[in-house]
Amino acid sequence: MATALDQIFVILKHWIVGVLPAALQPLVGVVLSVVAIIATFPALFALTTVLERKGLGRIQNRIGPNRTGPYGILQPVADGIKSLTKEDIVPLSADAVVHFLAPLVLVVVVFLGFAVLPMGRNMQLVDMDAGLLFFFAIGASTELSIFMAGWSSRNKYSLLGAMRAVAQMISYEVPLLMSSVAVVMITGSLSLVKIVEAQNQYTWGLPHWYIFTPWGFAGFVMFATAATAETNRSPFDLPEGESELVAGYFTEYSGFKFALFFLGEYLGMFSMSGLGAALYLGGWSAPLAVLSFVPSWIWFFSKVMLSICVFIWLRGTLPRLRQDQLMNFAWKFVLPMTLLNLLVAGLWRFLGDGWMRWVVCSAILLIAYVIVGRAEMHRKHYGPRSYRYAE
Amino acid sequence: MTPLAGYLLVAALVFAIGLAGALTRRNAILVLIGIELMLNAANLNLIAFWRYGPHPEALTGVMFAVFSIAVAAAEAAVGLGLVISIYRHARTTDLDEMNRMKG
Amino acid sequence: MTIVFWILAALTVASGLTAVLLKNTVHCALAVTGAFAGLALLFLQLDAQFAGFAQILVYIGAVAILIVFAILLTRGSETPQGGVFSRTWLAGLCIAAAVFAVLGWAVIRSVDALPQQAASPAVSVMDIGNALMGRYVLPLEIVALLLTAALIGAVIVAMHEKGDGK
Repeated sequence: MATALDQIFVILKHWIVGVLPAALQPLVGVVLSVVAIIATFPALFALTTVLERKGLGRIQNRIGPNRTGPYGILQPVADGIKSLTKEDIVPLSADAVVHFLAPLVLVVVVFLGFAVLPMGRNMQLVDMDAGLLFFFAIGASTELSIFMAGWSSRNKYSLLGAMRAVAQMISYEVPLLMSSVAVVMITGSLSLVKIVEAQNQYTWGLPHWYIFTPWGFAGFVMFATAATAETNRSPFDLPEGESELVAGYFTEYSGFKFALFFLGEYLGMFSMSGLGAALYLGGWSAPLAVLSFVPSWIWFFSKVMLSICVFIWLRGTLPRLRQDQLMNFAWKFVLPMTLLNLLVAGLWRFLGDGWMRWVVCSAILLIAYVIVGRAEMHRKHYGPRSYRYAE
Repeated sequence: MTPLAGYLLVAALVFAIGLAGALTRRNAILVLIGIELMLNAANLNLIAFWRYGPHPEALTGVMFAVFSIAVAAAEAAVGLGLVISIYRHARTTDLDEMNRMKG
Repeated sequence: MTIVFWILAALTVASGLTAVLLKNTVHCALAVTGAFAGLALLFLQLDAQFAGFAQILVYIGAVAILIVFAILLTRGSETPQGGVFSRTWLAGLCIAAAVFAVLGWAVIRSVDALPQQAASPAVSVMDIGNALMGRYVLPLEIVALLLTAALIGAVIVAMHEKGDGK
């Protein structure tokens, strides 16, 4: 019974495909999987917009939207109707073709990234041998659409926002890749399915997720930082900061194209969370061996939604980083730490089982963190803290 | 026409287009774009011969192409740095106007 | 010869032609990105997945963005007044046509002598990793050195000089 519930979508798909004649079977199978992805993730996107606005509202001591539907649940419907019926304004001097293509390129490329994520046992769209490389290649292509959007608007603020966004994304791409390389090294495969299966083992009831190892924890923190920067989320959202650059590279977009950019950004968040879950949090495997009866896809989507909640929490809590602080952070702190993490992951593998490797790896990472952090901060002179209360 | 001949002809065409771009355009960056197209055409040639050649399990073609991609990226970076540096000096990227060494 | 090959070949050649013919430099850069994508898909069609994904990652993800940044830093997006083709464009075109003629003739003439291996090679990423660490470890290290040298060189070449007004 448990396995039937676990594999329910796979069984459903095989049943539908089996009903059809043999010539159409491969095509319909692929189309079914693609339709499932295209249906699920925008629905999650709609849920996330409400979650974000309510969550941010509560963090900022106010209630979020609560007019449309109970607790504001129907807000995405209202947003959708608004963006579909708004006038689509294209500036007169804008480059019409590129202006039109930019949101399309973004959405298409981001949807492609979902093809390799294992959303449950046997539930990935394609099991590619070089799945992780495909994902990063696709992620690198999103930067071009942001540039296209910023440049085609013929607007100083859009161009500035686009340049900042592209510079930020290429700076944080290297730590993103390097922190994933440690996982690939330990697993021995670029295929996300194999990486998740390698984490699906349990010792004394506790899972073998990579986040529970010293190098995995450090790697996950750096991956999360780089992923936040890659998707232009706060505290790295200077390119689209509402108080800085109007709306950054999508200033000149209105109506449905703006909704497409919004969709693309949130879907990027989902695919990065999915990748983080697959690489470090064990993908679709349950946290405790006793909980394996719960279907695997529930675990995957729970982990993704947990990551989204952490993203929303970060947005509401941390102040925005300045562009030079952001770039400094990437090149001078995160990148050396990822390289060190690679070394520590290698040490972990070759020190053999036992308590010694835990102590050595944790010690190296902690000491390096403290030293590099102090080295970066030595130029900043902060006075003693003083508090002013509202009297 | 065999599949291999088809790929080789496409590669030759892209190479010729890149060469034409590199030789006829005025802007220095477009010359670099032409050079990148030529390198890509050579990579396509390598991969096509690897696929239809006698020993594909030796991976020679794929390795050659991957190293070629890496080296081309490095060369594009240095070339564009040079273009930016020259622009800072001469205030133009027009290659027809950079004729100080002529005659 | 499958229909997919013809579509991809047409896409690549058309993007390449657009890239060298358009007046607006940024449009040329975007068109050459299309050519890179077409070539990456052709690599995938030839069962070289690693090379195809590396092409997308490096060319579209890095080289295209580099080209675009350079165009913006050198004001290439303004339309030039003297025309976009150089004075000696006819000579360049003839040379390119001659090169294509020679290459095309060589390919067509030797169609029978070309190898015909039809079965797709089963190459896994593990084999590529083993090859890189085994047979090709020296080129790997040399390319690493080359990339470091290129990185430092590009930064030095494009850096603002000390004492410059800007």
